[in-house]
Amino acid sequence: MLKQIEGSRAMAEAIGLCRPEVICAYPITPQTHIVEGLGEMVRTGDIANCEFINVESEFAALSVAIGASAAGARAYTATASQGLLYMAEAVYNAAGLGLPIVMTLGNRAIGAPINIWNDHSDAMAVCDSGWMQLFAETNQEAADLHIQAFRLAEELSMPVMVCVDGFILTHAVERVDVPEQADVDAYLPPYEPVQVLDPRDPVSIGAMVGPEAFTEVRYLQHYKQTLALRLIPEFAAEFKARFGRDSGGLLRSYRSGDADLVVVAMGSVNGTIKDTIDEMRADGVKIGLVTLVSFRPFPTAALRDELMRARHVVVIEKSLAVGMGGPLANNVDLALRNVRGAPQVHSVIAGLGGRPITRAALHRVLRQVLAQPWEGSHFLDLNEAIIAKELHHVRKVRRSGPTAENLLRRLGEAAEHSVV
Amino acid sequence: MFQVRFHGRGGQGVVTAAEMLSVAAFLEGRHAQAFPSFGSERMGAPVVSFCRIDDKEIRLREPILEPDALIVQDPTLFKVVDVCQGLKPSGYLLVNSNRSLSELHLDAVVGRLPVGHALAVPASELALQHVGRPLPNAALLGAFAHLTGIVGLKSINAAIAEAFARKIADANIAAATAAYNVVAGAAAAA
Repeated sequence: MLKQIEGSRAMAEAIGLCRPEVICAYPITPQTHIVEGLGEMVRTGDIANCEFINVESEFAALSVAIGASAAGARAYTATASQGLLYMAEAVYNAAGLGLPIVMTLGNRAIGAPINIWNDHSDAMAVCDSGWMQLFAETNQEAADLHIQAFRLAEELSMPVMVCVDGFILTHAVERVDVPEQADVDAYLPPYEPVQVLDPRDPVSIGAMVGPEAFTEVRYLQHYKQTLALRLIPEFAAEFKARFGRDSGGLLRSYRSGDADLVVVAMGSVNGTIKDTIDEMRADGVKIGLVTLVSFRPFPTAALRDELMRARHVVVIEKSLAVGMGGPLANNVDLALRNVRGAPQVHSVIAGLGGRPITRAALHRVLRQVLAQPWEGSHFLDLNEAIIAKELHHVRKVRRSGPTAENLLRRLGEAAEHSVV
Repeated sequence: MFQVRFHGRGGQGVVTAAEMLSVAAFLEGRHAQAFPSFGSERMGAPVVSFCRIDDKEIRLREPILEPDALIVQDPTLFKVVDVCQGLKPSGYLLVNSNRSLSELHLDAVVGRLPVGHALAVPASELALQHVGRPLPNAALLGAFAHLTGIVGLKSINAAIAEAFARKIADANIAAATAAYNVVAGAAAAA
């Protein structure tokens, strides 16, 4: 049913249609509206046969989900930012134990400095924990990915994180076709666990494993994710056959067939990039886009096939591996490793801590790739004047003070001068 | 694409206003995207929200930098923030005030817009009268419907009915309709 609906609400309704049996979450911005919606739907009985468990922390939220999943229940939780870090140990445990939990991550920056706004730092912090990570471009896809995520998670008995840009998607009200229960039931069969804690047929889950088998357990985790590289497109195709729309998959390309310059990005920024590409195409620039949906597993071969004919690849990402550069750019480099005549990879760090990524800024940086390429990472819309002042101050004064406070004070001063 | 930026203060229903406008456009079969300015909202602090309306899918996710219309729920904001920033020369300006735009010292802004595109409407007073609280958002949407013709009053009222419980919705619909008629009267007088 077509609805004009808040993204969080649309996701809650889609998750409800998946018939979760245990939902546990701890509120944290910007994920809160999703679990509020789910809590309400459990209370009113719109989600039947489901227990909503209030927990005292994110660590407890995922720990309860792990217990529920191990006992054979379809389990769901959601978090963001520091909440994800607080449950980090359990994040690794869910993956290591092979429990098919689905978690929404309302992508948000990680402090310090404390910041409630969107970027992908949280997802990147746990991207190698063994969870699969799917990134939504729109709220329609955010809703749809949850349905596919339960299917994928349970098929492989591995947890899946659906990554949704905080505020930009979670708090946006837009058109979403909320699926019908009968279609979701036909697409997503009841959960049949591969391992279950059942007093009638006792097993133990979570053995200590030494050097004799640890590598093999890890290898099988990795192997499952390579299977996901085949299953994710299959499940997306099946989804399209039933629901009639393209959602999910490993990646999607846009006007990239003949492109010299191909942009790679994840999440909601792809929409703004598409509009920018249309404008640049109108000016005769051969430019296209590859939208990466699956970050884990990383679709190395599919991405290589998309990119190898381009001359320039520009990776625009909302995360920074401090001391290294862009983690997505680094992964894209991997996809092009040993490719003869591989395109140049250019890294752009953008949208950190919720800084808007505008068409104007994208035009500037994409034209700069052709005219004046840079080394390392380019920080989109970096305020160089304020950085120069701070660096000068730090060189001159030993007790230079806290960086964040210094920058805010300088910004305040600059604003006052501009008013005068 | 038609882009609307709402300016108000925390507690005035600025975010709800953008959402209701998007629902009204949706009900007319159009694509619409409403979103808040993503701040930590506090009562009384300046708040911005946005609504885009188009006949095709809206992919753009940047804040609205060049609005086709501004809806200003609190006229004191003109002294605090650059409310009119980026307003298109063909744009609309709708201000909640019982004073004239001249009295609000907005003649320069009005002069840059086409005749009949700028208007002050006593939305808070209409809300007090019909809703019993000075929440101007629904009334301003009624005025917006007549001023711009982008959406119909019927759709605005249907969106209000979706947003609130029955009694409060009815009162807000009355306020929106009254504001619509105020603008109709002003247009007829001009």
